[in-house]
Amino acid sequence: MIEKSLKGDHIYWAWVAFLLVMIGIGFIAYMRQWDLGLGITGMGRDISWGLYIANFTFLVGVAASGVMVVLPYYLHNFKVFARITIFGEFLAVAAVTMAMLFIFVDLGQPARVFNIILYPSPHSVLFWDMIVLSLYLILNIIIGWRTLEAEHQEEAPPIWLKPLVFISIPLAFSIHTVTAFIFSGLGARPFWLTALLAPRFLASAFASGPAILIIMCIIMRRFAKFDIGQEATQKIALIITYALSIHIFFFLVEIFTVFYGGIPEHVHHFEYLLGRGGQSILTISAWISLVLIWIAFLLMINPQTRKTEGTLIYALLAVIIAVWIEKGLSFIVPGFIPSPLGEIARYSPTLAEIFITIGVWSVGILFLTVLYKVTVSIKKGMVS
Amino acid sequence: MMNRRDFLKLACFSVVGTPARSVFDRLTGKDIAGPTKEGQPKWAMVVDLKMCASKPGCRDCVDACHSIHNVPAFNNPKDEVKWVWTDSYKNIFPEQSHRFVSVEVQTRPVLILCNHCENPPCVKVCPTRATFRREDGIVMMDYHRCIGCRYCMAACPYGARSFNWKDPRPFIKKIKEDFPTRTKGVVEKCSFCEERLAKGLKPACVEACTTKALTFGDLNEPNSQVRNLLASKPNIRRKAYLGTEPKVFYLE
Repeated sequence: MIEKSLKGDHIYWAWVAFLLVMIGIGFIAYMRQWDLGLGITGMGRDISWGLYIANFTFLVGVAASGVMVVLPYYLHNFKVFARITIFGEFLAVAAVTMAMLFIFVDLGQPARVFNIILYPSPHSVLFWDMIVLSLYLILNIIIGWRTLEAEHQEEAPPIWLKPLVFISIPLAFSIHTVTAFIFSGLGARPFWLTALLAPRFLASAFASGPAILIIMCIIMRRFAKFDIGQEATQKIALIITYALSIHIFFFLVEIFTVFYGGIPEHVHHFEYLLGRGGQSILTISAWISLVLIWIAFLLMINPQTRKTEGTLIYALLAVIIAVWIEKGLSFIVPGFIPSPLGEIARYSPTLAEIFITIGVWSVGILFLTVLYKVTVSIKKGMVS
Repeated sequence: MMNRRDFLKLACFSVVGTPARSVFDRLTGKDIAGPTKEGQPKWAMVVDLKMCASKPGCRDCVDACHSIHNVPAFNNPKDEVKWVWTDSYKNIFPEQSHRFVSVEVQTRPVLILCNHCENPPCVKVCPTRATFRREDGIVMMDYHRCIGCRYCMAACPYGARSFNWKDPRPFIKKIKEDFPTRTKGVVEKCSFCEERLAKGLKPACVEACTTKALTFGDLNEPNSQVRNLLASKPNIRRKAYLGTEPKVFYLE
């Protein structure tokens, strides 16, 4: 089946070549980091997590969101999603791969990564995150690939696949919950110490992940002449609308508790995020995210703009960018400002850090391109 | 008399309950702070802020510590590695500071170091057990096991942990051969001079202090100097409300 990824037109090959170049640049930057240490990034004593962990958090959400098409299809027999579940599963595969790579490039001693397995630590949430992420990755590879194989051979998927799908559904929720627990269990960081974090993560993930999925489907329709159908697109758009509304609601609930509760330790982080310490990349991107999320919300709750593809695309892009900022830099960095010693440090990623980040994204997008290419070839073959 | 129902309940609890309790303790890190063994010391430090401030600009303890432990000097706040250092009273005890506290107190230097918590959040979150708590209460680092994920730095409420963002060796003024240097990519911090305690010596900072501001001793010893100070003078700890049970105490 994989050989189907080797047959493509020149646009396909140009795209693959472009991704390979990006991976190469990222790899060179990573070799520098390997030699010189994490000091080549913008991170430092006070702000000790940055762009890598930000992308990790966002991508775990994208991975979890695959369940938004898998669940209706398998649990509710919602046939409209029949053509799209595999794309959801493969999106999860690519996203988990990137998430794990982002953890890896964030390590100071990457050669010792297997110490996590050699010295299992049940009281560390990071240990559990590794377990659920690995399981989710393996399950989605098996489920996606075996289903596709069955389609290719024009037979029903094997029965043993069903239980795996049923396990993968709660597991999708668990990967993002456990990822939220990494942060929300720290008494030292009041910005993250909120029981609402896991639900907020899930809501924003179920808005942004499916938004990426629709964009992918639109791209596939343009370039691969493969259409998932108007009904599926609109159903996913509706799911996004609900998730987005819940996400905004959760955000406002958090804002209320923090500012009305008025505990200085909680308030300070939000004040710095919104600009008390002066303008910075952090505050500007936070405001961009806030504006975009409301634009997206207005475009999505209005049936006219949601049902018109021209405006829907803008709404989806706004959701993706807003959530990427909100769950990324706007989430990780303010946790460290002010520091436990009241220090107001600044963070901006360095060029090397950005190249490594682009490199990791390119690996994931390359995976996604190949997996989607194979899937589309097989699905189109079935139709003809 | 116990009826059948109660008997079954009890049986279920003893079969499921006990392991469930221990699983719960392990997951929440309760097992980290185990009971003290008979005859084990529990090390603690008392810092007298007034005495410390009596010698303005003094860095004796910091220099002593950093030179014997091969702590690099990076001269920029981003890469800085610190085991013991000072910050102002209003930064260290923000909840005790208000505008009517005298300027003299507010700007008083406060010596800070790892608190060697009884419930160390850093130990709880470490995914490789590279940082661990000994039975005498000292929170230690295994520099050879640390993968450099910096989860402990995010978890420490005291900013006590430093990461080696670069190779530290070129930045060590004079390498002491009898103490290990660290490599890039690992976390480090104060160890209460466990290598000196093993030889029956006091921590280097305590020994270097000429104002007698630092007292080190055993909390399990009822007549120890630290116990006497804590019993006789009002004292505070940093962010005690977090339940970490810090073992560095401050006399105001």
